[in-house]
Amino acid sequence: MNLYGVVLWLLTAIINSIAIPIIAWLGNLLWFIRPVTDFAIALLKNDAFLNFVVVFAEAFIILIYIALFIIILLWFERKMWGRFQDRRGPMHVGYAGLLQIFADMMKIFGKEDIIPKKADKLLFTLCPIIVTATAFLALVALPMSDGFVIARLDGGLLFVFAAFSLAPLGVFIGGWGANNKYTLQGALRGAAQMISYEVPLLFSVLGVVMLAGSFNIMDIVHRQTIWYALLQPIGLFVFFTAATAEIERPPFDIPEAESELVAGWQTEYAGMKYGICWVAEWIRMYVGAALVVLLFFGGWNGPWLPQEIWFQIKLWIILIFMIWVRQSFPRPRIDQLLNLGWKRLLPLSIVNIVLTIGIVASGWLG
Amino acid sequence: MAEMWINMGPQHPATHGLWDLRIKVDGDMILDADPQIGYIHRGIEKLGENRNYTQFIPLADRTGYASPMTWAILYVLTVEELMDIKVPPRATYIRTIAFELQRMASHLLFVYGMAENVGAMWPPLVYAYRERELLLDLFQILTGARFHFNYPRIGGVKWDIPQTFEAQTKKALDVIESKLKEYERMFDESEIFLMRTKGVAVLRKEDAIRMGVTGPTLRACGVKEDLRKSEPYMCYSDFDFGIPTGKNGDLYDRWVVRIAEIRESAKIVRQALDRIPGGAVATKVPAAVVKSVTVLDGETGYEDLCVIMAKVPKVIKPPPGEAYVRVEDSRGESAMYIISDGTERPYRIKIRSPIFCTLSALKYMMRGARVADVPPIMEGIDILLSEVDR
Repeated sequence: MNLYGVVLWLLTAIINSIAIPIIAWLGNLLWFIRPVTDFAIALLKNDAFLNFVVVFAEAFIILIYIALFIIILLWFERKMWGRFQDRRGPMHVGYAGLLQIFADMMKIFGKEDIIPKKADKLLFTLCPIIVTATAFLALVALPMSDGFVIARLDGGLLFVFAAFSLAPLGVFIGGWGANNKYTLQGALRGAAQMISYEVPLLFSVLGVVMLAGSFNIMDIVHRQTIWYALLQPIGLFVFFTAATAEIERPPFDIPEAESELVAGWQTEYAGMKYGICWVAEWIRMYVGAALVVLLFFGGWNGPWLPQEIWFQIKLWIILIFMIWVRQSFPRPRIDQLLNLGWKRLLPLSIVNIVLTIGIVASGWLG
Repeated sequence: MAEMWINMGPQHPATHGLWDLRIKVDGDMILDADPQIGYIHRGIEKLGENRNYTQFIPLADRTGYASPMTWAILYVLTVEELMDIKVPPRATYIRTIAFELQRMASHLLFVYGMAENVGAMWPPLVYAYRERELLLDLFQILTGARFHFNYPRIGGVKWDIPQTFEAQTKKALDVIESKLKEYERMFDESEIFLMRTKGVAVLRKEDAIRMGVTGPTLRACGVKEDLRKSEPYMCYSDFDFGIPTGKNGDLYDRWVVRIAEIRESAKIVRQALDRIPGGAVATKVPAAVVKSVTVLDGETGYEDLCVIMAKVPKVIKPPPGEAYVRVEDSRGESAMYIISDGTERPYRIKIRSPIFCTLSALKYMMRGARVADVPPIMEGIDILLSEVDR
């Protein structure tokens, strides 16, 4: 499936068969708006403008896809938790509890949006926006198949990481702006954690980039005749650990450590702001899992089945693994986590880079 | 970051309304801690002065809601000491079984709390509750209640053990013992759990003794002190069991000691079930008839008064004196001190709660720890605020 082609075809069909006749009819009906309608028709027939609209339509489709993904992921994660914990998970709302998320959404929509009296209103409101927007931004360059992508960027990987690493800013100003000791602690922890895991995250990817010879995610996927997971086991390990820390998934959910910091930097958020923070987290989870699939497990490559289905199969296997990890480990302390990042993962990723340079330079892989 | 005081509680998931731990932090390091208690003070000691001796048993249950049975048994032991009552051996055995089952249930609650406070270890948390459920079922068939049992009586127990109890208990113990291995695999082989608990909140042996720390927390420091051995009450001298001790006195040792104690308790229960003697489950307690029945009208004659007096329950009136009894509770050495002035109500009930004394050591454990260590340290002493505040 080619996202651009489909959207363009759909839009052209709509414009040619519905929009232009209606506008032309309006123009004939009301002579005094004739100049406006003429301009509109010219604009709709203009390719540059059409491309502009197509991008928005694509973004809209990705948005729907992500919304569906989150709904299914949440249900699936809860079911998995239930199984891990000897219970059944949600089962009353809808078939097998499928509609539970809608009930929860209703609840969260109905909550009062509280801004603490002493909070900095601007920063406090800005935080969920920044966190969510940067999470969505990463999706722009994240392909799901050869065609299902918005932007084919040459530096796509860099773009994704750049968008990814903007979130600490949001977390920090949110935690600072809420004017609460717990949020402050959580924000400082979040900033420290994300900054120190950014480095091993990027370093671990360098091996993949060297093997593929490109920062373009499409190229990286195309060049994986052998999965890079097999060629870069250290890189995969470091990347997976660092990505888990980067997206604040348990066991590395230290900025939101609920047993000591209530909810970390999210403590003061209520209602939909809190909901949005969580949406951002799930999108980041999607981005993390998708990157693992794209960089290390051959992306959408696979026999017989369509590319999108292969991608989803691999994605969900990674997600199951992430949920499993979440259910298995206790939470390390922040100092232990930073030690792990700087003293273990960073040297490990450097070793990985050196090894990869050796392999690439010796030309064993052709 | 500047130094600041953080109130961990009463509105905090780790202290959930029961108390307030104020900590002074410098960034992530804890400089000082200041526990504020009294949030669930119910005045149980004072309430006891306004009830007769039998009526206090349910209140004793509520003194420590995570191990009600041990507190109720402690209370009846104290009253029996006061009145010099000999309890039939079968009743003593039943009490011992209930006591040890309660200890197991309480320690499983500790497993739950430790898992929760060390991080999001949800499965072990739910597993510990699952196993505790078996014990609650046992209590249900034994006492009719799952939580606040009101089972021991002055001079014995409420009723005999039901027929299915022995078989079901042994089955439950088998399950729990096999699951304990699972916990040990889950925790002791988890690198992160070891990182979080080893060397954290070390309490030196001398400090622990000096501050009146008792129970598993003291034994984790390496002190082999257990009232069940050193000063056997009920029928503990009949059984063969060990006292698990730790070496370093850190969080991990507290964990290990409690898990080992569940095993030892299971051993005791098995032995008690095998050796339980027959006979009565309660003895006849010298009781007095209430004298202060006021007759309202002058019309009521002497015979009517006799009818009224026969219907009024007999109450226990210990002779004037005092009694102090201490037992090895799930959390340490709990004791009760009762003064009787010869009336049907105690003149004074004083409760010694083990956690109240251990709380004073909390400050020393907290110093030098990090913010993330606070909930595990709290849980490490198996905190129970209802017996602190009383």
